[in-house]
Amino acid sequence: MEGFLSDIFIAPFVSMWEYPVFLVEVLVGGLLVGVMYSLVALGFVLIFKASGVFNFAQGAMVLFAALFFAGFLEAGMPVWLALGASAVVMVALAIVTERVVLRPLVNQPPIVLFMATIGLTFFLDGFGQMIWGSDIKVIDIGIPKEPLEIHGVLINSFDIVAGVTAGLLVAGLALFFHYTKIGRALRAVADDHQAALSVGIPLQSIWVIVWSVAGLVALVAGIMWGSSLGVQFSLALVALKALPVLILGGFTSIPGAIVGGLIIGASEKIGEVYWGPALGGAIEDWHAYMIAMVFLLFRPQGLFGEKIIERV
Amino acid sequence: MDQTAPEILLQVNNVEVIYDHVILVLKGVSLDLPKGRIVALLGANGAGKTTTLKAISNLLHAERGEVTKGAISYRGERVDCLSPNALVKRGVIQVMEGRHCFGHLTIEENLLTGAYTRGDGGRAVKRDLEMVYDYFPRLRERRDSQAGYTSGGEQQMCAIGRALMARPSTILLDEPSMGLAPQLVEEIFEIVSQLNQKEYVSFLLAEQNTNIALRYAHYGYILENGRVVMEGSAETLSSNEDVKEFYLGLSAAGRKSYRDVKHYKRRKRWLA
Ligand SMILES: Nc1ncnc2c1ncn2[C@@H]1O[C@H](COP(=O)(O)OP(=O)(O)OP(=O)(O)O)[C@@H](O)[C@H]1O
Ligand SMILES: [Mg+2]
Repeated sequence: MEGFLSDIFIAPFVSMWEYPVFLVEVLVGGLLVGVMYSLVALGFVLIFKASGVFNFAQGAMVLFAALFFAGFLEAGMPVWLALGASAVVMVALAIVTERVVLRPLVNQPPIVLFMATIGLTFFLDGFGQMIWGSDIKVIDIGIPKEPLEIHGVLINSFDIVAGVTAGLLVAGLALFFHYTKIGRALRAVADDHQAALSVGIPLQSIWVIVWSVAGLVALVAGIMWGSSLGVQFSLALVALKALPVLILGGFTSIPGAIVGGLIIGASEKIGEVYWGPALGGAIEDWHAYMIAMVFLLFRPQGLFGEKIIERV
Repeated sequence: MDQTAPEILLQVNNVEVIYDHVILVLKGVSLDLPKGRIVALLGANGAGKTTTLKAISNLLHAERGEVTKGAISYRGERVDCLSPNALVKRGVIQVMEGRHCFGHLTIEENLLTGAYTRGDGGRAVKRDLEMVYDYFPRLRERRDSQAGYTSGGEQQMCAIGRALMARPSTILLDEPSMGLAPQLVEEIFEIVSQLNQKEYVSFLLAEQNTNIALRYAHYGYILENGRVVMEGSAETLSSNEDVKEFYLGLSAAGRKSYRDVKHYKRRKRWLA
């Protein structure tokens, strides 16, 4: 018993103190994985903000996008063409979703729309695999995988590429949201549907745009995850990792999704490396949720959850 | 006022509105908005003023409401089936009751969303932004504040300014006086009147504040229970004994409460 307590409360910290370089490696590795969680969570947040729909299918969209991308590559397309073609597929998916799912269900309670996205999840899983088969696919777009050494810290160069890509994507989205007419309209719709409608912003095209953006984010996430894990059904489960990120970051906050992803990624890795052995491993499955739950007790609106402005 | 009757911009003809498939709220409302005029739509709570405006701007759909009878036309074109987007492009825009600014956007961003449907380029939009700031200098001061944290008066100005950014020919203005101090209400109506004279914007104005509405409007309709029970020029209405008694709170016998009078009596007189 004493040994166990020391393994939990003392040994990890001693080891962190003694090998700081290793701690940094673990931390950086975790942060870079976290960026990928952020990407998936970002897709959720975008759709939730603009249409109030909790899109259960976001994970399935990641798998769907990765399947198409890998399939196009296998069919002999060059990388840029496969990228363009998959982007077209995701935009088409957004248009079809708006027509077939969202438009007929407009004005229905949120739970109905939520269920519709559960249906969409199964459709995407099935349809993607029907077209491309269920074998594990490999995405190799030439990202180097050798570890890099920076100031004595070893970092996987693939993780760096993934991190930078995700960072660029997020920065691009932030600029889009803040400085373009469409971006402003998206934020307006997120704030007040009715008012947006009253100034002539067409909700339906806004939904198509938001679902397209979420689809493109899913594509990037799918390519990154697919390159490191292979394209297979378990990619859809990545979405489960986005849930604690959302709880942590708040469902309506883009910075929250990003920071939340980083926190979950880093703490997951640290937990796994330092506490995993004492707790018998496999803790990464649940301890992200645990962190999120503890967090929920103190800040139910999430890290950056938007304060509801109440003024008359 | 000119002698020749001005062109009728907006015509509402015997419109019936049903919410949720069963709740009959408008029971055949007809009204005209002549070009360049301010027309007031008056009536107590729940009379159907907002519903009438929303039927015109086609915002009813989002509230499970439906125009089930009658016709609405703008410049002679039937517009009952147009989306709000198409209607804004034709020059009709609504300023909703309760202001509805985009709380997390800055005042300036709010104003810019009003220009969403325009295709005449950034320079024209910039110029109109300055025009709005000239009418509402207070918005210029607060241009970078989040709208959600500005005062009620500033939000009302923001909502009207936002609508102006669409370069409308007609604004459907719902209850601009709501929750504002009398002095501010006066200020806002003054600006509405200027917009009417200088920018040639026609207004259909829903108001509970009959007194001020009749001071600024040219013509008025009184709605009760989803029906128009009286109409006339602003002078006629404000000198009418019934209106004085029930809506302006004045009468020969001093101030009277709406409740003191038997309902049937009132109804009978107006229908006669
Ligand atoms: N979405 C809705 N569903 C069902 N009934 C509604 C809805 N909106 C309004 N009503 C009903 O329609 C009637 C007219 O409402 P409306 O909002 O048009 O009145 P109003 O004249 O604008 O009143 P106020 O001065 O209080 O704003 C009311 O009895 C109201 O209960
Ligand atoms: Mg009203």
